[in-house]
Amino acid sequence: MILAADAQLRLDANWIDYLLIAFYFAFVIGIGILARRSVSSSLDFFLSGRSLPAWVTGLAFVSANLGAVEIIGMSANGANYGIPTVHYFWVGAVPAMLFLGVVMMPFYYGSKVRSVPEFMNRRFGSAAHLVNAISFAVAQLLIAGINLYLLASIVEVLLGWPLWVSLVVAAAIVLTYTALGGLSAAIYNEVLQFFVIVAALLPLTLVGLNKVGGWDGLKEKVAGSPGGGEQLSSWPGTALSGFDNPVLSVIGIVFGLGFVLSFGYWTTNFVEVQRAMATNSMSAAQRSPIIGAFPKMFVPFIVIIPGMIAAVTVNELVQFKEDGSGGATYNDSILYLMRDLLPNGMLGVAIAGLLASFMAGMAANISAFNTVFSYDLWQTYLVKDKEDSYYTAVGRVAAVAATLIAIGTATFAASYSNVMTYLQTLFGFFNAPLFATFILGMFWKRMTAAAGWSGLVAGTAAAVGVWVLSEDVLGVIGIGEQGGAFVAASAAFVVDIVVSVVVSLATEPKPEHELEGLVYSRSERTRRHEEVSRLPWHQQPTRLAGVALALVVLLNILFW
Amino acid sequence: MTQPSSGHKAGAFDIRIFISMLIGLYGVVLVATGLVGTSDDELARADGVNINLWAGLGMIVFAACFLAWARLRPVVVPDDEQRSEGDETP
Repeated sequence: MILAADAQLRLDANWIDYLLIAFYFAFVIGIGILARRSVSSSLDFFLSGRSLPAWVTGLAFVSANLGAVEIIGMSANGANYGIPTVHYFWVGAVPAMLFLGVVMMPFYYGSKVRSVPEFMNRRFGSAAHLVNAISFAVAQLLIAGINLYLLASIVEVLLGWPLWVSLVVAAAIVLTYTALGGLSAAIYNEVLQFFVIVAALLPLTLVGLNKVGGWDGLKEKVAGSPGGGEQLSSWPGTALSGFDNPVLSVIGIVFGLGFVLSFGYWTTNFVEVQRAMATNSMSAAQRSPIIGAFPKMFVPFIVIIPGMIAAVTVNELVQFKEDGSGGATYNDSILYLMRDLLPNGMLGVAIAGLLASFMAGMAANISAFNTVFSYDLWQTYLVKDKEDSYYTAVGRVAAVAATLIAIGTATFAASYSNVMTYLQTLFGFFNAPLFATFILGMFWKRMTAAAGWSGLVAGTAAAVGVWVLSEDVLGVIGIGEQGGAFVAASAAFVVDIVVSVVVSLATEPKPEHELEGLVYSRSERTRRHEEVSRLPWHQQPTRLAGVALALVVLLNILFW
Repeated sequence: MTQPSSGHKAGAFDIRIFISMLIGLYGVVLVATGLVGTSDDELARADGVNINLWAGLGMIVFAACFLAWARLRPVVVPDDEQRSEGDETP
């Protein structure tokens, strides 16, 4: 096949595919309308009335993260680096999700806060709260814009619609269901999306594996490709981390990616935590991320492996991997594979799955933005003491405004896609110091309010500093790509801890009675422990987490 | 949570029903397409595997399992919301 440099990737969708896509959208809107009937108070709208079962919030937990960046980005990494990409899941996400469920969720759920910034407010006061709430709200708007841009550009590629039509249509659909049904609609749709995504990617993976001659055939082909045999074993992953030294690479992956970046992301990102807060009991809140960890550890098989298959079977990608020529990029791996393998019918399901995934990401951003904007900024600082229905209305207006702003940031992303990538990296830096502040604040009751905000600011400054010095910008220190992000996050974590400890020792701590339920030594552990130990094992968070941990260790060993 | 009556089932608004309906619908359409509408050219691309047929069958089986789960263990909306959490108003 001969492709010109500006050759467009097109999928030949016919009426059956459109019909299947239309079914999906009908269901999405239907769920939004039905969920609206059950919204009677602001708590219903923002936290689903804290009434959802754990398996629903657990799947929503995975789905909220299974957006455009995850599917496109991780399959591209699979095509580029091969098996080492699994570290994002088995060293990164899964241990962090288990930690959130076992250690941190009791503080979030038990203190009855409605958002992560609100926890900051209770623990460290309004300076830390404002830093956290504003940076989170701004980040969500920009990231929603990135998700929307990716969604619209896929629609443009697949269906040939102009970018602005795709933007407006996609935004209107996401807005319809989030503004109508609030968090319940977003969560129910995320669960539905999860299954549609699996229905799209699992057959694609199986057919692809069959085509290359099974797992052994894939191994043989990858070993023979320019990537070579090292793309088949997960450690030491030097190509992924960007460190030449294998020991440094392992340390970078375990501490930088595993501990700081992933723990920071999963445990303090309100987009994720909000899903667990919507459950009906403490045990269910703890179990949501733990239940989510089970599907999460198998996501690499339907995301990374298709990327690897594409890299050895799709002509354009084989050529690109060989000598970097041709118009293909790794980001299009999944799309190329769909084009090459899927017949009309299954193609429609696959397109629906991709659209579902991109909308999931954006809807998660919008619903988390809503809550933080309405509760943490509007109610806390601007208009206090109004009746409950007022804040639900504010939330709906905020959803509309956020969507309009996201269309704006998506247009911005369209013209400066590199800038947007940088911005997203930058916002990632907020999570690492946030995690350091949280973990220190939860276990060290001496930590003071001044330490709360100064640690955050210093940590973020350190991350930005390392990033500016790295190869991505100035190139003073010889690290770049993924490795640069690992080092920046690690620096943020260490600087945050040091500054927090020093400032705490120099300032007055909060009186102990104000820390009830917010720090480890003042939480009601014993009573809860007795309640939990009467439940069957699969409802006990710690036991369930133990099973998940054993499984993920096993997976790590199998793909060593 | 449609009506605040006592201990009722969630009825139509059980997400499992929606999931099995959508996936089941996909399964039926795919099986039909696989039987009558998939061209030889499309079959050849996937080394002769009739993807529509097999994926469709898989989806129908999955949908049936989910529907059975929803039927056997229906969601019951409790009437005593105060059960363990007490007053939730901010």
